[in-house]
Amino acid sequence: RGGGGAMLAAPLLLLLLLVAAGPGRARRDALREELLLSPLPTGDVAATFQFRTRWDADLQRGAVSHYRLFPKALGRLVAALGVRELHLALTQGFWRTRTWGQPPLQAPAGAELWVWFQPTVTDVDKAWKELSNILSGIFCASLNFIDSTNTVTPTASFKPLGLANGTDHHLLRYAVLPREVVCTENLTPWKKLLPCGSKAGLAVLLKAERLFHSSYHSQAVHIRPVCRDDSCLAVSWELRQTLTVVFDTFASGQGKKDWSLFKMFSRTLTDACPLASQSKVYVDISPKNKEKELLEVTPPPASVHEAVVQGDKKTYAVYDLLSPSLFNTSRSLNVQLKWMRPQDSSELPTPILHAQRYVSGYGLHTGEISTLIYNTHPYRAFPVILLETVPWYLRLYVHTLTIITKGKENKPSYIHYQPAQDRRRPHLLEMLIQLPANSVTKITIQFERALLKWTEYTPDPNHGFYVSSSVLSALVPSVIAMKDVDVEQSPLFTSLFPSSDGSSYFVRLYTEPLLVNLPTPDFSMPYNVICLTCTVVAVCYGSFYNLLTRTFHVEEPSRGGLAKRLANIIRKFRGVPPL
Amino acid sequence: VCTSRFWFNYRHVANTLSVYRSVKRLGIPDSHIVLMLADDMACNPRNPKPATVFSHKNMELNVYGDDVEVDYRSYEVTVENFLRVLTGRIPPSTPRSKRLLSDDRSNILIYMTGSHGGNGFLKFQDSEEITNVELADAFEQMWQKRRYNELLFIIDTCQGASMYERFYSPNIMALASSQVGEDSLSHQPDLGIGVHLMDRYTFYMLEFLEEIHPASQTNMNDLFQVCPKSLCVSTPGHRTDLFQRDPQNVLITDFFGSVRKVEITTETISLNRYSAGFESKLPKDELATEPLKYAEQLPVAQIIHQKPKQKDWHPPGGFILGLWALIIMVFFKTYGIKHMKHVF
Repeated sequence: RGGGGAMLAAPLLLLLLLVAAGPGRARRDALREELLLSPLPTGDVAATFQFRTRWDADLQRGAVSHYRLFPKALGRLVAALGVRELHLALTQGFWRTRTWGQPPLQAPAGAELWVWFQPTVTDVDKAWKELSNILSGIFCASLNFIDSTNTVTPTASFKPLGLANGTDHHLLRYAVLPREVVCTENLTPWKKLLPCGSKAGLAVLLKAERLFHSSYHSQAVHIRPVCRDDSCLAVSWELRQTLTVVFDTFASGQGKKDWSLFKMFSRTLTDACPLASQSKVYVDISPKNKEKELLEVTPPPASVHEAVVQGDKKTYAVYDLLSPSLFNTSRSLNVQLKWMRPQDSSELPTPILHAQRYVSGYGLHTGEISTLIYNTHPYRAFPVILLETVPWYLRLYVHTLTIITKGKENKPSYIHYQPAQDRRRPHLLEMLIQLPANSVTKITIQFERALLKWTEYTPDPNHGFYVSSSVLSALVPSVIAMKDVDVEQSPLFTSLFPSSDGSSYFVRLYTEPLLVNLPTPDFSMPYNVICLTCTVVAVCYGSFYNLLTRTFHVEEPSRGGLAKRLANIIRKFRGVPPL
Repeated sequence: VCTSRFWFNYRHVANTLSVYRSVKRLGIPDSHIVLMLADDMACNPRNPKPATVFSHKNMELNVYGDDVEVDYRSYEVTVENFLRVLTGRIPPSTPRSKRLLSDDRSNILIYMTGSHGGNGFLKFQDSEEITNVELADAFEQMWQKRRYNELLFIIDTCQGASMYERFYSPNIMALASSQVGEDSLSHQPDLGIGVHLMDRYTFYMLEFLEEIHPASQTNMNDLFQVCPKSLCVSTPGHRTDLFQRDPQNVLITDFFGSVRKVEITTETISLNRYSAGFESKLPKDELATEPLKYAEQLPVAQIIHQKPKQKDWHPPGGFILGLWALIIMVFFKTYGIKHMKHVF
């Protein structure tokens, strides 16, 4: 009788649960995809893809076992290793800030990984090593080469980009592998993390043969906790996958600057990803120097969006792939841009902040690293944090560090230097420098090259050794005041960095990596030494041994055989001495 | 495994990728393949067509493709890593895709190619070598740990037959592209790319494998005939004495393909709909009492006034201690102990 009662109660309970949940409850995860096409001042085209999955669940607590849009590989990684923020970028090429302008999100050449751990993690170094190994398996990259010789703990840069409850820099780790190659085998697992894969939506444009035939290719994964809504009382996890590629339209377009989606990617868009709640294409049609009618975009956009991005007012043509009117006329969307008249390329707008780094000196003993930072703002000064990581085999002389601005010495407001330990830790130099308006700041430091043990050289040592890019973080004052953006309503490329106030925007720049030749030994010397030593030992020891132990005794000459006797008889007749 | 580095060894990467491609085409998934490439040819700055690796001149066949997963790249291809993958003695934090997770019912195919092979050794990345004795011992370790059921070893390099001379574990069949004293030659250069694209043995082996489909019945004897001396210039060799079955009865797809057992069921299985009621079973998220905020990206004032990290105090050791001991000794020697009260 009790069993019967329970049988009746169970469906009632289920019904109650269903009713309590309510109809039409919002799903807990959402995907937004976006493509931003911006023509650069030199005529190249930059295409930035962003795929953002927001998941209203707390990955840290509770057993989360049902993954829908958020990839399981990354979700379990975050939960198991106590990761608060993860940023991994694989880049091929270099973003030329001086000619192309400020990048939306730049990454240094090679592989860059920086992670903030939760305060509950006790052994951060162990978690860091495990994390880099797991990520090397997921992304087919040699991230397992990240160890204490190329990991640093910055003290002022790389503040968390997500929600943070205090910033104890002991929980931060940063590493760069400048020698890492990016190719299709890194793109394939990146594409497999997307909910729609590369089969629908904007990701159909991602074909490796076109993406790697470019001047700059950068793919990144960013995981961070964000506010769930305006009141910001609950935490959601956000996964952003970004891919930036810069095509050289002159080289591939027979000398004309016109481009189209088909010419760049050899594909066109046919539909949006069915799992996405938003899927848009933005084309930057900002007029330069207040001249309209300079360019023409086909098909004509349904709407136009204006925003203040990086201190400049910009206009974007918007194509919404989810709106049914877009595919009325043709089944596929091929955005084309034509320049009406040739643009005079005599004046390229220079960005407010850009930097350059090079190594000078001669010979294989000493050298000098110089960094030039330009502030082209006419009247505003602002501070910049410079983070330099130099491998231990380039021994820096900190007493030769000089910072010169406009001919005078410039003392940094904050300086943190951690010297290297041979084979254990690299150099870390962090400085907060004030850049006066309209100035060039030159930072130089001298170094000496060390001789490595012969097993520590790579199989191709004559290629040289890389010094990873330095990082410049700055709050650049903007020309136009920026309003606070609502993350959910505004395009994704405006909400990369959390905005602090409207008067300045945060930018992170990377300089060039450096290639330095170390004194390389002759690798055939061990073989030569072994041969020579063995020969000498054999000759000397052999001779001594023979001298000491060889005895001589007289040997009776033998009578010889029949032939010899006959020959002797003939010789006796001839008068010749016998044999 | 491709063991050679530098752009002019393009053909070894093309060799390895063409075998990878055949093996994937015949059904073996990426999780069952460990691919080791010692250098990157597809995205090499000298490659006129990035993200492609061709095996035929006139660029007919792109063996790199769109769906490739390389497990060991560039500097990771070392003799130590190769032997660790074979024997399973791998550091615990190695991801699954870099391990050889085989058991005693697995058939393993090992294909090695490199530019510098010699009598009894194969050079890895032009800086270290693996000897045939090491390889034979590694296979014996695999046998004793029951890591394979049958093993097919193919090597395409100069004097390749010397590499399988020393095997002594059962159930191993070996093929090589050339005998001891002979060089393995490359097939054809491509004038657009500028280097030789494939080695002869692998080129004809790829042609042979392109005709195999997952259900074909070709056996090992056909693989032994794949490149006669007239086409290959070197004499390919093989070794079957350690193998228990007759090569006539061994199918190519035993090693190159993968057969999955599929059971077809006729009864229907009903899946529960993902209902919204499921959500309420999850623990309710804790709501913070006050709003959380993002960190300031460049808090200048906070950075300037950051206190330097207090270094832990260590007692002075070594040189400083010795120096002070010397000073104190000299002081007492000159002035005597009775003057100590003047010091304190």
